[in-house]
Amino acid sequence: MTRYEYGGDEFIFVELSESMSLEANFQAMAITKQLREEKLPGILDICPSNASYMVRFKPEDIHPDKLISKLKELEQSVSVDDFNISSRVVDVPILFDDPWTNEALMRFRDRHQDPTSTDLEYAARINGFDSKEELIKAITDYPYLVSMIGFVPGLPWCYQMVPREQQIEVPKYVRPRTYTPERAFGFGGAFAVIYPVQGAGGYQLFGIAAAPIYQKEQRLYDFKDSITFPRQGDIFRYRSITMEEFQSIEKQVEDGTFRYLTRDITFKPQEVLENPKAFSDEVLGGLYA
Amino acid sequence: MIKVIQPGLQTTVQDHGRIGYYEVGMPPSGAMDKYSYTAANILVGNDENAAALEITYMGPVLEFHQDAVIALTGGEIPPKVNGQPVPMWETLAVKAGDQLSFDFVKQGARVYLAVAGGIDVPLIMDSRSTYTLCGIGGLDGRPLQAGDELKIGYEVKHQVKIGTRIQDELIPTFSKTNEIRVVVGLCSYRLTEESKERFFSIDWTVTPEANRVGYRFKGERLNFVEREQPFGAGSNPSNVVDLGYPIGSIQVPDGVEPIALLNDAVTGGGYATICTIISTDLNKMAQIKTNEKVRFVAVSIEEALQARKEYKDKVAQMKQQLQLS
Repeated sequence: MTRYEYGGDEFIFVELSESMSLEANFQAMAITKQLREEKLPGILDICPSNASYMVRFKPEDIHPDKLISKLKELEQSVSVDDFNISSRVVDVPILFDDPWTNEALMRFRDRHQDPTSTDLEYAARINGFDSKEELIKAITDYPYLVSMIGFVPGLPWCYQMVPREQQIEVPKYVRPRTYTPERAFGFGGAFAVIYPVQGAGGYQLFGIAAAPIYQKEQRLYDFKDSITFPRQGDIFRYRSITMEEFQSIEKQVEDGTFRYLTRDITFKPQEVLENPKAFSDEVLGGLYA
Repeated sequence: MIKVIQPGLQTTVQDHGRIGYYEVGMPPSGAMDKYSYTAANILVGNDENAAALEITYMGPVLEFHQDAVIALTGGEIPPKVNGQPVPMWETLAVKAGDQLSFDFVKQGARVYLAVAGGIDVPLIMDSRSTYTLCGIGGLDGRPLQAGDELKIGYEVKHQVKIGTRIQDELIPTFSKTNEIRVVVGLCSYRLTEESKERFFSIDWTVTPEANRVGYRFKGERLNFVEREQPFGAGSNPSNVVDLGYPIGSIQVPDGVEPIALLNDAVTGGGYATICTIISTDLNKMAQIKTNEKVRFVAVSIEEALQARKEYKDKVAQMKQQLQLS
């Protein structure tokens, strides 16, 4: 049952589902896309999130109850079936088990469920993998839907496009760390993230992204229109790389020549929901063709 | 130009905020006490959105290198020009060479310094507000440092007579015990009825973790309704599937120490939010310090909208008094 809630006098929060699913995420995406196209007066921000969404508005221009009625109408009228998502498939190189996040996670062992192992070892064990290598393989074998952007500018929540029984799930730290390196690749709940900037964080740390996803100087090609790179609806493929490739990408970032490998894509949620394996093979085939 | 001799505890350039980028995870930043900020701009004849300085707890020492018209509003951190006390909530003239400094804070937490013409820093995503976490806006994306030089802009809308003063009844008073109004909602269904009741019946103490990102409160543990955690949420009972956080929303990670998210906060995450501070009371929240007390009061959406209307009326009255409407 969908919940429509006031977030004070400037926000409406709509929880479509308490649990995460691709269906709930596609529904939030479809409703917020339609809302955006209707250009109602007084709407300041439209923020789709994982299994919910949020709207910021000016109550002088639209009464919150009127906005809620409108959103309820959209829930009825908007269908995920005839909804097209135009986005990008992106190759995101990750150095797993790297020295920088390792140093960070070792500093905060007292805040972790299992102080005696690393985050990768712990996550592999509780998800039934025999080794961290097997966990890394499961993380990198199938692509992810960027299901929400937020926390700090540009942080992508990524939800793997595999059936529920194949999903990796890990708890967040018992108490959040006060430090996470910039570009750390983390996992919490059923979500993979990259931390755009250094800061606090509670996700398990598995590795580090070679290239930035946030760049305030906007030097790289991928940042020419925005200081943040990820967009909701993107499909990210996390690819495990060697230290050698990591250093080579860092060099390209430094001299300004790095560009993410991307392919534009238009797809229907049904394609993903009906056969995630076939969809994944197809997008990865297209990306590396 | 204004030269920073001493920066104070945390002095930043702020305007009305960076609005419209919440969906990419960009919080609005901006002046935390909008009422005092707006009054300061009105007193110097600026556009209401002009950039001003937000001064926190301990004031800076600033040297003016040109004649300027200024106004100081907000909490009581008594200002002095060349060592002589000057009034707050009043249009003041300073001369090139004058030094502005401050005494220790008496009441409230934040002072706004507006200069006729505004503080001239580049617009980043339509705003001059400083957002220190990502290092954008304001002066190089950071609080002021000794030796900084601030340019004064030229955009003045009205000439305001020196000595013009905001009427006493429009000047807020600050206290060490406060009532903050909230609208209950969001994921409040996660709290037990008993904990919901306790949340509104005890005095919460502001911890030292109280800044532009948010305020953390000490009081007592709150409990969540037992359930099998939904898929994707994480294992702690205070966890939900990561969602958007309204500005002013309050969450209780692990049931310990509620956190109110403010202007520079994270825009989303995985903790159940239980209520939201109404927009007008965010101004009041900004003037509360560590160790002071807060009692949360639940109001309806209609009461929140009424408070908002009264706030707008007060600002209109302020402008009318200065004959600027």
